[in-house]
Amino acid sequence: MSGREAILSRLRTALRAGADDAARARAVQQRLESAPRGVIPARGQIPEEDRVRLFCAMAEKVSATVERVARPADVPQAVARYLREKNLPARVRMGSDERLRQVPWGSEPSLEITVGRAEDSDLAGLAHALGGIAETGTLVLASGPANPTTVNFLPEHHLVVVRAKDIAGDMETVFDRVRETYGKGVMPRTLNFITGPSRSADIEQTLLLGAHGPRALHVIVVDGD
Amino acid sequence: MEIRSPVFKKNARAALVDPQLRKAMEHVKTGFIHKRALAAAALPEFEQLRDAGKAIKDLTLANLDKYLEAYEAKVTESGGHVHWAETAEDARNIVLRICQSVEAKTVTKGKSMISEEIELNDFLEAHDIRPVETDLGEYIIQLRGEHPSHIIAPAVHLTREQVEKDFRRAHTGLPPGRDLSKPLTMLAEARKVLRSQYFAADVGITGANFLVAETGTSVIVTNEGNGDLTQILPRVHIVLASIEKVVPTLSDLAQILRVLARSATGQDMSVYTTLSTGPRRPDDPDGPEQYHVILLDNGRSSMIGTEFQDMLRCIRCGACMNHCPVYHAVGGHTYGWVYPGPMGAVLTPSLIGVDKAGHLPNASTFCGRCEAVCPMRIPLPKMMRHWREREFSRGLNPATQRYGLRAWAFFAKRPRLYRMATSLAVPVLSLFGRRRGSFRVLPLASGWTKYRDMPSPEGRTFMQEWKQREARKQGGQTS
Repeated sequence: MSGREAILSRLRTALRAGADDAARARAVQQRLESAPRGVIPARGQIPEEDRVRLFCAMAEKVSATVERVARPADVPQAVARYLREKNLPARVRMGSDERLRQVPWGSEPSLEITVGRAEDSDLAGLAHALGGIAETGTLVLASGPANPTTVNFLPEHHLVVVRAKDIAGDMETVFDRVRETYGKGVMPRTLNFITGPSRSADIEQTLLLGAHGPRALHVIVVDGD
Repeated sequence: MEIRSPVFKKNARAALVDPQLRKAMEHVKTGFIHKRALAAAALPEFEQLRDAGKAIKDLTLANLDKYLEAYEAKVTESGGHVHWAETAEDARNIVLRICQSVEAKTVTKGKSMISEEIELNDFLEAHDIRPVETDLGEYIIQLRGEHPSHIIAPAVHLTREQVEKDFRRAHTGLPPGRDLSKPLTMLAEARKVLRSQYFAADVGITGANFLVAETGTSVIVTNEGNGDLTQILPRVHIVLASIEKVVPTLSDLAQILRVLARSATGQDMSVYTTLSTGPRRPDDPDGPEQYHVILLDNGRSSMIGTEFQDMLRCIRCGACMNHCPVYHAVGGHTYGWVYPGPMGAVLTPSLIGVDKAGHLPNASTFCGRCEAVCPMRIPLPKMMRHWREREFSRGLNPATQRYGLRAWAFFAKRPRLYRMATSLAVPVLSLFGRRRGSFRVLPLASGWTKYRDMPSPEGRTFMQEWKQREARKQGGQTS
């Protein structure tokens, strides 16, 4: 008997599964299909502008830095300014995200853009989020050529663009968007929920920023189209 | 790891007089408890979410066979492989087979308690594969040849001075005069040392906080980002998970995530919650080429349908040990196996046998703090009581304890005799102890008086006091 059959049959015996097997299978199928929502914290269930403000406040609370810009066209300037302020070279790594490629990078001629997965030597990475979660100040990023996962983890500075209209009140709304985008039951290879820059408290429970992932997380919220 | 639970008492005696441990454990008492309380208070729906989380886990466990099958089907659909391991040995062999199939020399590892449970590191080393722990705490204890003393803060038993010494000993390529006096410089050094390891590794092994049946997804929850680098850079990603980690849907995942980090570290969300589904897609520029999940049973299926089934709701947040006075006093290593604290006191006898782990459920004051903070509302004290009963009925506890209990039961079942005996004993003790107000030595009670004085009784028994109080009340009412 294979390990699979042994484990499953032990479970069935322990659960006294038998006559009700078909009914149980139906109930499980039903739950998987309907995916009912549970308790949703009231904190994020507020009008859009308040929601965006809550998102920014929560992100700052976990040591991210946040700025809001009016239009996508303002992104290059925001990126260049951040790098300058941190004394970083004017160079940023990003994927092939259409929304990021279409912003007028020409407005910052000194800024060098490299496209593709991140390398260990990259100091700054730029990604476009699928959405944000106001409840906790969390960014949600999906893997793929548009936003390779390595960009989120290898560079010391992680810059993330998120559209104000993509900031949801709660996690469940973002999961609904994932289901709509990829199809029910289908996922991108990696879905990253990111809440602040990386940290560790493993030495004497002292919280320190900048463990293995980025030391700094900068969020650029784009208000309009 | 070698099972040292049978010598719990010896371990505890050593731990209680270890000054380094005493110093390190202070951080547990102050930090974790306060942060959890603040996080829970800041979310009005916290208690409701605990109920929701418990209900989700109960529903999943009642249909665990079905949810595992549904989960497996989705993993396969997304191009991943599911392996079923009945025992620790099966799991080790599956890992080895996968590693050998890609001729792996180096394996990076994210934090995984299952890996500890199946003693994976020693096994890989014996087969010339080098395991590298990448979580800072796990990395430190790997350098020391130790095991975790806490399920989410593996090096919580160490002080910064101890870590500094280990880094100087292990990182020989770095200047000996460098400043390592601050945790921040130690963290930076570990980051630098481990970066190259991620790229050198052929296989990355992580645990899983959850498995989602709706999508065939494994979920890790971390703060450092090491688990992510471990799983996106090597060619192969292996997920080690036990069978009870499955939840039905993404919506259910969201419910439990809301109580996990708050209960564990007092964060609203941990920094990285990562959902992984299958290997890299045809157009993906990064991610692993192979994705394997090993589903470990190792005794869990035999807890289903017993009084210990509720233990399988555990989401490994560590809140029970953070709030446990016994854990604070003796530290995690004293428990002698992988899982310490109250959750370990219940789980360990289930997995390795109450004959070996009987001391663990006895090492409790039954103060009830563990159950009060458990996000999954696991009745930990009640289950420890179940283990004590089993231990007693199997005659596993020492003869003195059994005879002592029997003698006590003889009197306790005969109230008049009991009252007579106590009303004789109490005045005698009271008389002898009057001068000091306490006893330094007492026959048959050296276990108590060796460590502290026994206060002398006031002169009357509880029953006598109670009777008099009631009489006064009666008198008061009639007058």
